[in-house]
Amino acid sequence: MCLAVPGKILSIGEPEGLWRTGRVSFGGIVKDVNLAYVPEAAIGDYVIVHVGFAISRLDEAEANRVFDYLHEMGELAELNVGSAVEDRV
Amino acid sequence: MKYIDEYRDGETARQYALAIARLTTRPWTIMEVCGGQTHAIVKFGIDQLLPPEITLIHGPGCPVCVTPVELIDKAVEIAERPEVIFCSFGDMLRVPGTEKDLFMVKAAGGDVRMVYSPLDALKIARETPEKQVVFFAVGFETTAPANAMAVYQAHHQGIENFSLLVSHVLVPPAMEAILSSPLNRVQGFLAAGHVCVVMGYAEYEPIARRYRVPIVVTGFEPLDILQGVYMCVKQLEEGRTDVENQYTRSVRPEGNQAAQQLMREVFRVVPRRWRGVGDIARSGLGLADAYAHHDAERRFGAATHTAEDASECISGLVLQGVKKPHECPAFGTRCTPEHPIGAPMVSSEGACAAYYRYRGAYGAVPAAGTSG
Repeated sequence: MCLAVPGKILSIGEPEGLWRTGRVSFGGIVKDVNLAYVPEAAIGDYVIVHVGFAISRLDEAEANRVFDYLHEMGELAELNVGSAVEDRV
Repeated sequence: MKYIDEYRDGETARQYALAIARLTTRPWTIMEVCGGQTHAIVKFGIDQLLPPEITLIHGPGCPVCVTPVELIDKAVEIAERPEVIFCSFGDMLRVPGTEKDLFMVKAAGGDVRMVYSPLDALKIARETPEKQVVFFAVGFETTAPANAMAVYQAHHQGIENFSLLVSHVLVPPAMEAILSSPLNRVQGFLAAGHVCVVMGYAEYEPIARRYRVPIVVTGFEPLDILQGVYMCVKQLEEGRTDVENQYTRSVRPEGNQAAQQLMREVFRVVPRRWRGVGDIARSGLGLADAYAHHDAERRFGAATHTAEDASECISGLVLQGVKKPHECPAFGTRCTPEHPIGAPMVSSEGACAAYYRYRGAYGAVPAAGTSG
């Protein structure tokens, strides 16, 4: 029920405010989407769409965090192992 | 697809699973709140990647599953009226009421239509002024802005033949109900990412403090869920009970302000009955007075309380994470997606349907070493 899918805004229609709509591509499938709740979103942005409404603009800078977090964890683990080895030496 | 495929990478998933295993020193029970997360966990076998100390239990986050039987009965009654076009998300059509479901009304000639968006129902109302168009407004906070917009537009465009049968529920009161239950096993939560896209996560801070549970706002792809579990286990191991956000690419701390503003305009907070769970104060949304003339219960009569059927369905225990779907004696035998006894076997996000679909009629994972 809370399924929401990321899509790319291809175009934005004329009416502004609560009637703001646009064409959004989901991997090539294009649908009309209400954009009233993402006034900051522009053409080319990715938005999360739920039952015909964009509810969030995807933050590209945050999109890699799930991978960065893992790398940071790996480096931390190595540091810990390193310091443990040093302690023993 | 961008923003989906990369979060399903198997190698990264294995690295996360290893990291979780290294981190874990004792048993922990974590509940994922949202049915979409349950679906992903079962579909991708995420629970099987985790160390045996970590138990994921499935929460009440399937609005279809928790809609009370009296509202299904009311929907059936309205849908049977000759002047009505009854519109609903597809999941609701096969949820059993006391005697019938909406699909049976449709099969008997009722005008019951499956729509993708409440705006589709509004369009039908605009184009069919001689009919009463009723939309079954079911959902959590994620869906409330869409339904709010449909009512707002109907009101301001004078589309009088459009009304909502409202069964909106709110997530935080349900989490509190679970934590307050003597049966509670939950030590940490993965909060529902798309609910938080709309609402932000400030309202989880008092819950984390009061009940001393870590709450991690989590997305829906396998890597999101694994990172959410990692963050939650890390807090549990360190004895912290903070609210953290894994799903930062979509969720801002304050949520979607424009959506919240229209929700406040159109809805008010009301008590709701949760199927299988019971009454929870301030756990739902109803239409605000200014929009009450678009309330289908006002137009066609209020739903009257029906006693929960005495079937052997244990959905209440499943929705509170006390039992797993395959622990129900009817699972996979008397209750299947083709012939459901209870709602969690109907909805694609219901825990029972997910277990049945991906794990078969026994609901259990085949033992290691067996070949298929």
